[in-house]
Amino acid sequence: MTWIPRGLRDGIVTSRYPRESDGYGPDFRGSIEVSGQSATKSELADVLLACPTGAISLRDDKATLDRGACILCGRCTQLLPAVFQFSPNFEISTRRRSALVVPVMQESDAAIAAVQIELAARVKSLRRSVHIRHVDAGSDGSDEWEIAALTNPVYDVQRLGIYFTASPRHADVLLVSGLGALGMIGPLQHTYEVMPHPKVVIAAGVDAISGGLLHSSYATIAGISSSVPVDVFVPGSPPSPFGLLHGILMAVNLLAPRRADAARTFTARSVDSPESSDS
Amino acid sequence: MTIINTSSAVRVEVFVDTVVSQVRRGSRFAGLFARVLANDTRLSAVLDTDGTLDVVQTVLPAGERQFPSLGALVPSARWYEREIHDIFDLEPRDQGVIDPLVFARAPSSERSRSGSGFPTGAAHLELTPLPAHLRGEGVFTISYGPVRSGVFESVEYVVETPGEDIPHLRTRPFYKHRGVESLFSDKSVDDGVLLAERCEGVASVAHAWAFCAAVEEIGAVEITRSAALVRVLHAELERIANHLDSTIRHTEAAGQAVAYARFSLHKERVQRLRAQLCGSRFGRGVVVPGGVAAAPLLNVVQILSAIDSLELGVSSDMRLIMDTPSFVDRLRGTGVLSGALIDEFGALGPLARGSGLMQDVRWRQPYGAYAFLAQHEMESRVEGDALARQRVRIDEIAGSFGLIRECAQLLDQPHDSPESQWAVDVPPSSGSAIARVEAPQGELLSLVEMREGNLMRVKQRSASFHNLALFSSAFPNDILTDFAFIEASFGISIAGVSG
Repeated sequence: MTWIPRGLRDGIVTSRYPRESDGYGPDFRGSIEVSGQSATKSELADVLLACPTGAISLRDDKATLDRGACILCGRCTQLLPAVFQFSPNFEISTRRRSALVVPVMQESDAAIAAVQIELAARVKSLRRSVHIRHVDAGSDGSDEWEIAALTNPVYDVQRLGIYFTASPRHADVLLVSGLGALGMIGPLQHTYEVMPHPKVVIAAGVDAISGGLLHSSYATIAGISSSVPVDVFVPGSPPSPFGLLHGILMAVNLLAPRRADAARTFTARSVDSPESSDS
Repeated sequence: MTIINTSSAVRVEVFVDTVVSQVRRGSRFAGLFARVLANDTRLSAVLDTDGTLDVVQTVLPAGERQFPSLGALVPSARWYEREIHDIFDLEPRDQGVIDPLVFARAPSSERSRSGSGFPTGAAHLELTPLPAHLRGEGVFTISYGPVRSGVFESVEYVVETPGEDIPHLRTRPFYKHRGVESLFSDKSVDDGVLLAERCEGVASVAHAWAFCAAVEEIGAVEITRSAALVRVLHAELERIANHLDSTIRHTEAAGQAVAYARFSLHKERVQRLRAQLCGSRFGRGVVVPGGVAAAPLLNVVQILSAIDSLELGVSSDMRLIMDTPSFVDRLRGTGVLSGALIDEFGALGPLARGSGLMQDVRWRQPYGAYAFLAQHEMESRVEGDALARQRVRIDEIAGSFGLIRECAQLLDQPHDSPESQWAVDVPPSSGSAIARVEAPQGELLSLVEMREGNLMRVKQRSASFHNLALFSSAFPNDILTDFAFIEASFGISIAGVSG
C-alpha cells in the first residue's frame, strides 16, 4: 500500500507531446541548424576539416550538414557560429535519408508524397496499438538508455498506445540502435524476417544511420540500411527520447497536426520535483 | 597516473614468472594488453602494487603468433588473453581451442591486417555453436540473446541447466564488437576524446576523463582547479545515473511498477540536469584534453537547488524500496560472490565493494579534485549478494550528492586566472602513460601512446570488461528467475566489454 501514495507524490509529470509542444529546456542540444549565411572559402575549408564525421559538405559554395552523420560535437558551432547553431529542436526525423542533409534540397512534391503515402498506407491497420521490438546492432550503450526512457513517466509512450514487446512475432516496428556490427547483422535480419506484415523499420541514432564516428571500423557495415529496409531515420548521438518519440510517431503516421486552439490552457509541465516531504 | 617506461621489458621466458610472483606477493592483476608493431609485438601486464600501477612488458619477435599464457595461474588474465586472441590473432600458449570473446572471425589465413595488427577491411564473421559443457539427464542449453527480451544491449548468455539451477554459464559479448580501439590510431587527441566517449556511452564522462588524464600526463600538463571541479561534478552525476539505472532494473525485475516509475523519473531528472549543465544528457563534450570545454551552464544556486530536490526524492524512495520485503527478498542471498573469489579476480567497483574489497580509485589513489575534496570513502559490505551491491550503490549515490554540493560551492570561489580557467593547452608530445579513474562500474584504465600529439595506440579498459568475467561465477545457489537481478546488480554496459 505504501507505494500507491508515493506514485502520486509529484502529480502529473507526463509530457503532452505530441498533442502539445513540450517546453524541454532551451539548453538542450537537439540538433544543429544551418543558416543560409555565407562564409569565406577558408572558413568553410576549416570547418569541413574539423568535422570528425565528415558530416559537412558544400553545395553551391554554401555549407550543408548531414544530420545522419552529425554527432553533435559542436565544433562547427564554435568555428562558424554565424552558419551553425545548436537548436533544441528534436523534430528532425525524416522518411528519406537524403532529407537529413540540411538545408533540405527542394525535391519534387511528388517524390516526397509518394514515400509518405506508401508508408501511411502500410501502417494504416496499426491504428493506435503499436508494438515495438528493439534490437541493439552495436550501440555504445547510451542509445538503450534513451530508448528505455520512453517508458518513464515523463514520456510514457503507453499513453499513445505504444508498447515494447519481447517477441518479434508481436512487433509492428523494428527500432534499431547501433552501427551495424558484423555480429548483429544475422540476428537483426532474422528479427526483421520473423515480424508479421505490415512492418516498419526505424534507424535510431547516427550510428544506425551512417555508423557515425565509428563508420570506418573493420567490424561494422556503417549503418543498418544495407541489411534491413529503413523507413524512418532518427538522428542524434544518442537520439533523445523526444527525438525517438517523434520518429516512432512519424513511422506509424500518428503525427497529427498539433492543436492550435487555446481553449484548454496549456500549462508548462516541469519534471523538476516540487518541494515534497517524506511521507 | 603512470608514465610507461618502455625500456624495461623482461625476456619472454621470464614474463609469466615475473607477473605471477608479483601477484603472489599481493599485487592486483589489472590487465594484459598487446601492441603490434611492424617489427615486434609487445605485451604489457598492468599490476597494482599497493596503489601504484606497474607495467611488466615483454617483446615477442616479429611473426611469433604465440605468447606465454598467464591464464592458468592468474584466472583474471584469461579474458584479456582471449581478447588479444580475437583482435590480434595471437595465441596464448597451451590453452587449446579458444572460444571467441569480443570478436568472432574467420580463420587467420583469410584476413589482412593493418600495421598495428588490427583486422582491416570487412572481416568475415564466423559463428560456430559452442559444444555443451555439461552432460547429464535432462541437462539442456538455453541461449539468452543476443537479441534480448526487452530494451537491452546485445549479448548472449549460454546457460546450461537441468531446469532451474544454473550450473554452467558462458558469456558471449562479441556480437556487438565495434572495433573502437582500432580507430584511435593516427587520430588527434581532440578526436580521440570523442572516440573515448563512445567506448562505453553510459560512462562517457569517465572514459573521456581517463583518456584525457593519460594525455595530460604525457604532455606534463596540470589542469586548473576549476576544471578539476567541473570534471567531478559531471562524473558524480554520471555515477548517480548509472546507480539509479541498476535500481530501475531491479525494480522492473521485481515487478515493482510504482518504484520503477519513481526511479526512472529520478533518472530522467538527472539526465536533464546533465543536459542543463552542458547541453548533453550524457555529459559529452565536457571533458577535453587540458580541462573542460566550458563553464557549467547553471550557476551554483541553480545546481544546489536541483541537487537538493533530487536527493530528497531519491533518498526517500530508496528508504521505501529497501523497506519493501517483496523487493529486498529477491536481492538477499542472490548472486553471492565470495570475498575470496573477488580478491582472486581483483574485482572492481561496486561489485568488489559489495564483497568486502575496498577498491575505489577516488579515495585510494586520489586524482583530480578528489585529492582535495572533503568527502571520503564509504564502508564496503561483506555479504557479497545483490542486496549488498545495492546498498553500496545507495551509499555511493548519497556520497555523490555530497561531492556535487562541495564542488558547486568551491566553484563559486574562483581561484584560477579567468583566461585559463577551463582548459590549458596540451603541447604535442610523445610518450606512453596509463591513467585511471573510478567510473560508475569501477576502475577504468586508459593506456595511451602518442607521438608528437598524434595517437598511436589507445586502450580503454573498462571495469565492465574485467567484472563480467565473474558473471558465470555468480550463480552458486541461484535459479533462472534470479538471472535478471544478478545481471542488474553487476551494472555493466556490454559496449564497454565488447569494444
